[in-house]
Formats: sequence, structure tokens, C-alpha cells
Amino acid sequence: MKMDKTKKRKIYLDYAATTPVDPEVQKAMRPYFSRDFGNASSLHHFGQKAKEALEQSRDVIAKTIGAESEEIIFTSSATESANLALKGITFANRDKGNHIIISSIEHDCVLNTALWLKKQGFEITQIPVDKYGLVDPKEVEKAVKKETVLVSVIWANNEIGTIQPIAEIGKICRKNNVYFHTDAAQAFGKVPINVVGTDVDLLTASAHKIYGPKGAAFLFVRKGVNIDPILHGGGQEFGLRSSTENLPAIVGFAKATEITSREMKSENKRLLKLQDWIITQLLKKVPDSYLNGHSEKRVPNITNLRFAFVEGESIMMELDWYGIAVSTGSACSSPKLEPSHVLLALGLRPEEIHGSIRISLGRWTTKEEVDYLIEVLPKVVSKLRKISPFAS
Amino acid sequence: MYSADVLKHFKNPHNMGKVKNPDGIGKVGNIVCGDVMWLYIKVGKSTSRRKKGKEIITDVKFETFGCTAAIATSSMITDLAKGKTFEEALKINKQEITDSLGGLPPIKVHCSILASDALVEAIYDYLSKNKKPVSKELEKRHLRIKKEKEIIEERYKEWVGKQQEIVEKD
Repeated sequence: MKMDKTKKRKIYLDYAATTPVDPEVQKAMRPYFSRDFGNASSLHHFGQKAKEALEQSRDVIAKTIGAESEEIIFTSSATESANLALKGITFANRDKGNHIIISSIEHDCVLNTALWLKKQGFEITQIPVDKYGLVDPKEVEKAVKKETVLVSVIWANNEIGTIQPIAEIGKICRKNNVYFHTDAAQAFGKVPINVVGTDVDLLTASAHKIYGPKGAAFLFVRKGVNIDPILHGGGQEFGLRSSTENLPAIVGFAKATEITSREMKSENKRLLKLQDWIITQLLKKVPDSYLNGHSEKRVPNITNLRFAFVEGESIMMELDWYGIAVSTGSACSSPKLEPSHVLLALGLRPEEIHGSIRISLGRWTTKEEVDYLIEVLPKVVSKLRKISPFAS
Repeated sequence: MYSADVLKHFKNPHNMGKVKNPDGIGKVGNIVCGDVMWLYIKVGKSTSRRKKGKEIITDVKFETFGCTAAIATSSMITDLAKGKTFEEALKINKQEITDSLGGLPPIKVHCSILASDALVEAIYDYLSKNKKPVSKELEKRHLRIKKEKEIIEERYKEWVGKQQEIVEKD
């Protein structure tokens, strides 16, 4: 019964959506649920023990990106960090101006925050990308004006993996005296990040993308940046994020950061090899298939491919039947039935976007799993093309 | 989120492909998410006692570009339409299709409208090609579907063209 055997396989190729928690991370978190459970704001020894773990975690993360400890603000998610960056900067700097610039391939957490700010009376400029998803720093420079207070560009895009020229964009922002935020949720742990020598003023990263738990993230806020909190209360996190700190998750985040930065170089090399193998094999085996995004300036774990004449949700569901989990930018799978704004920004037509899927690799992806995908996917596409009126 | 029956029809769709020398073709597209469905029918006279002499759909096949729900509803409508008189076939609505599939996620219900539209179009195509009477109701449904189809065809121009080339080469 070969069919039963294939049905039982479980292959996760959606690491860009979220990652499993590393066992080492789980172990580090465990004491902070029931034993060292104190509130880091309490002065008694329960609280002080928690405070110590909190600050140690902050130090680990700060050191990893070359920041000072007071520049790391813990939050609950990358979405919260991006909200804090955009709302916090615009509201604190209203006397300077009301204009913000974002790229046209931002994650929804930046895009929708910017669109909300527009409703509050702020002016938003969305700068275009080329067909590989790259932002041209000159376009940023052109868009900057006297009233601009913030530029936000995603470091590595979550759908196509394209890595942006963050250093160049940062220089332009610094020269023009404009704050620069980057959403590094997909870049953190895959791209070397050092805020010394990179003109980034605010940076968002999240634990659950790097084998840490859900519910912990940070916003790097460079010293001297004028920013308002969006959560008001007890004044935790240097007054920028009131809320009792989620200590187990933060400790897990620090441990996950430690492991990830320790292994980044060798892991990137390994994943890049697997990714190249996937791209060359699938483009060869499936006629009318294409790579979305940049062929070189990309993170090693995100591959976005499109297959003409078929629809991405059906590819995803077919693959799921074989036990393989991927995701798609097709309108049919989105709650609003709209095609991905990122793929639209590349200049792709909606019908091309419908046939796009994202394959994202991670720490536990093996060559054998990738080979299984390469064996199954061409069959799936060919089966769906047999049903499609556009392919014969 | 999908019912077991939807997944069953998606995985092993019934009546997929083309009918040889079809008597009617229904080509429809749904503007909401870009699904496209082509339905082919073959028409014959019934030999059963009840429907004796009446025209019925003797064979029906589909080709669909779309999501899981679009493929499953395509498969289901072919099952439901086979052996039916036109009068019976035109009564198949989205409710019957979704019920037969054990339900559809609310956001996917439009796929079942696409399936019944394709059938309407195939029947209309047959009747008008053979200069047979078309009811007012059917004419109205056809005009609405036609308008939606024009919007879709504009979007898929390049691919429809490619399909045409391939067919001509054969």
C-alpha cells in the first residue's frame, strides 16, 4: 500500500509562516512558567530573579545586532513592533511633518498600519519595486520631502525573499534627517545584521520565525530617536511598552537568537544548496514555470515559484494530500479573495499570481524531503493542468 | 476548512476533460477570484418511460482553472446534470451543489454559482445553435453571465490565445 505510506508523510515547507520551537529553547523557557514566575517589576526576590533573566535576554539580543541593551524594546509580535515604530514615530514627530514612505512590498503589518495612519491624516508614499522585488534607493531619495518623518522598508520580503539594499536606503534617510524603520522579521537570523554602521533607526524582529516561541518580538529603537508609546500603563520597557513582560517567551527568544546566530553561517550554506536544487530541478521538470523574486539577492529559505495555467490553492491542497505543507499568494486562499500585493508589485498579472506558491525551508529540512517535493510537485502541476482549460 | 466530500471530488474529479463533438459548451469565469470553468454537454433523447422523447444531457465534462472548491463544484455539477432534462438541469442551484458536497466555506460559495452558470451557458449554447426556443428566464441568466465573462476574458487574453494556438496545431 504505497499510497498509505505517502499519505502518512509530514513535510513542513512553510518555515516562513512559523517555525517549531527548538528543544533547547523549550528547555531554557521551562523554569520561567512556575518556578521563576515573578513579575520583573516587583522589588522582592521573586521579581528580581525575573528582572535578571529579562535583562540577560535583552543583553543577548542587543549584542547580536550590535545594539545597546536599552535600545531593545520587547513586544508581543512583529506586528506590534511595526505598529509601535510607525504610529510611535509619526505621532511623536507631527510637528516636523506628516509624510511617511513605505515600499510597495511591505508585510501587512506595516502596510495596514500605514493605511490606518493615512485615515488619520498622514500622507503615505508607496515606492515601487522592480520586477525582482528590489527597491531602488534613488526612488526613496526622490520621494523624501521636507515633511517626511519616516521611511519603512522590509529587509527581506516574506513572500519572495528578496533582500533590500538596507545600508544604502539608510544612508539616504540619515542624510535627509528622516527616521528609518526596517521590518527584519524574515531577515533576522538569515542575514548578518549590525546596527553599528547601518543607518537603521528602528528594526523589527520576531522569535517565532527563528525557532523561538510565538508571543515575543522586539523593536530596536536607536538612542535619541523621538518616539511615543502606543501602549500606556506601568511604564515597562523604558516607558515604550507598558505590559508585564512575557518572560518565558522572552527568555526563549534570547536562546533562539543565540542558537540561530551561532549556526547562521553554516545553516545558510546548507539551505542555499537545497534552495538552488529546488529551483533548478523544478524549473527544469515543470514546463511554463518561473521563479518569482531575485535569483541572488534572496534569503536562503524562501522560494516563490509560479506555474502557468493552474491555481495555487489547488497546488497547495494537492501537496497537502501528499503530506507537504507550502503556502500560496493566490487570491483563492486569501480571506479577501485578492491576489498578493507583493506579487502584484512585481508587475505580475492576477492570473499569474494565482499559480504562485511559496516553499520555505528551515532547520529540519532534509535533502530527502526536498527530493520528495521535487518528485511530487511536477505530478501535481501536470494533474491540475489536465483539468485546466488553458493547458493541453 | 473543506468537507470530506469536497476533498474527495477535488482529489478524484468526475467527468474531467472534453466531450468529443459537444452539442453545447458553457465557458464561464468568476470575476471575484479569477476561476474559469468550461463545461461540455452532449444532448440526446431520453429512452426512459418517464422522460420518453424529451431531450436530456447524456454526457457532460468539464475543464476548470481554479481552487479546490472550484474543481470540486465542477465535478459535482457534472454528476448532478447527467441524465437530466434541460428543465431539471436549469433548476440545479448553488444550494443543491453545496449541500451535495457537504457544505462549502462561506467565502467559497461563489464557486458553486460558477458551476451552475457553466451549465446554463452550455444549455443556452445548444438551444441557440440549434435555433430552439429559449425561455425569457434563460435569456436573462445568459446575458448576466456573458457580461461577467467578458471581464474575465479581457484578463486572460494571452492565455486564451495560447490555448487557441495549441488547438489549431492539433
